[in-house]
Amino acid sequence: MSRAREFADLAGSADAGGLTGRNLIINGAMQVAARGTSTSGATGSGYFSTDRWQIANSSLGTWTVSKSTTAPDGFSNSFKMDCTTADASPAAGDFLIFRQHVEAQNLQHLKFGTSSAQSLTLSFWVRSNKTGTYIAELLQPDASNRHINKAYTISSTDTWEYKTITFAGDTSGVINNDNGTGFQVNWWLGAGSNFTGGTLQTSWGAVTSANRAVGNVNLADTISNDWYITGVQLEVGDTATPFEHRSFGEELALCQRYYQKMGPFGTSDYPFGISGYVYTATQSALGGTLNIPMRIDSPTVSMPEGNMRIRHSGGTTPGYDISAINSVSGALSGSVRLDVTHTSTTANTVCVMTNVSSSYTLRFDAEL
Amino acid sequence: MNIESAQYLQSSITGETVNSGIKVVTDSETLFVPILEGNRHYDEIMRQVEAGELTIADAD
Repeated sequence: MSRAREFADLAGSADAGGLTGRNLIINGAMQVAARGTSTSGATGSGYFSTDRWQIANSSLGTWTVSKSTTAPDGFSNSFKMDCTTADASPAAGDFLIFRQHVEAQNLQHLKFGTSSAQSLTLSFWVRSNKTGTYIAELLQPDASNRHINKAYTISSTDTWEYKTITFAGDTSGVINNDNGTGFQVNWWLGAGSNFTGGTLQTSWGAVTSANRAVGNVNLADTISNDWYITGVQLEVGDTATPFEHRSFGEELALCQRYYQKMGPFGTSDYPFGISGYVYTATQSALGGTLNIPMRIDSPTVSMPEGNMRIRHSGGTTPGYDISAINSVSGALSGSVRLDVTHTSTTANTVCVMTNVSSSYTLRFDAEL
Repeated sequence: MNIESAQYLQSSITGETVNSGIKVVTDSETLFVPILEGNRHYDEIMRQVEAGELTIADAD
């Protein structure tokens, strides 16, 4: 290939969305799983395994959701859904969706809501024993829930298949320039008649529930069903380019804008890097540094393995159990502030937060 | 989110005691949810309150 040709190809790639930063999806290779790699007995909606990927489940089966090592060539992991309680006859309003919310301010270059709205191409590897028609959907809540849906087919049982789907740009629906959801990228896995009774919405339009999952198989119809996905990429243009492999560190940092945790540290009674002062006998003001700034100033906080303590000089061992985190702020700046309630001790003393057991974590959730 | 209970939390760091968060117990975890629109847990709590499906208890 001539040098001139190489430069021309580079320029063309840049025009199509840049040599890097093409992929609007985070954690598309399913590498990062800060919450844990597997959840069994999953019903309802939530983030059960790999970061950024949500299951929306309304009464359609029970699932083991996991980060799997079954993957196509070039990938190490996939997101796996394994049906453990079947529902062969969904009620009208039941649904099961695998999805990622894409932050609105990351989508401004799509120029949605203008005559120059850019088309998008979704590509991914998928595998299932359940062959047949599935529906992929872009839904944008900022524009009063406009959506566009396309069908794809899993043709061969238990075989990795590469799918590409191109969606037109939306010349009507403006995506707000903010930190809310710009797109839901939805993979339908099953639905009741409320979502299947119409005609599939293959161009952008206001949401009509009946037009969202027309023809979709019911992945929940037997406990022998499973479904894998990886290598997910959403990019500007009409052509799927090779998956943009980011380093693990880059992907982790992108995920931590939405979810991050401190610990576990492998040592019990260990300070977390969060310190402050006891301002009444049972309340303390604490501050610490997050790994990176988060999407919103006040994420939800949890201590799933057990509650932390505070310790201070002159206090008793082992410290004072925290029973509540009354407020949290500052995450937008990366310097988080916590107001906590704990068992009674001496006010006007300097304190640090410690774990109780080596497995304990402090978690911050700013997901969409 | 299957909420089993919700209760306001209070802070008095400013010298004035105010509702500053909500302790939520779900079927799988306990969450400390700040009062902030755009926090998905807070938004879901308020959706359930407005739908008459949930009542937030006063702080202790």
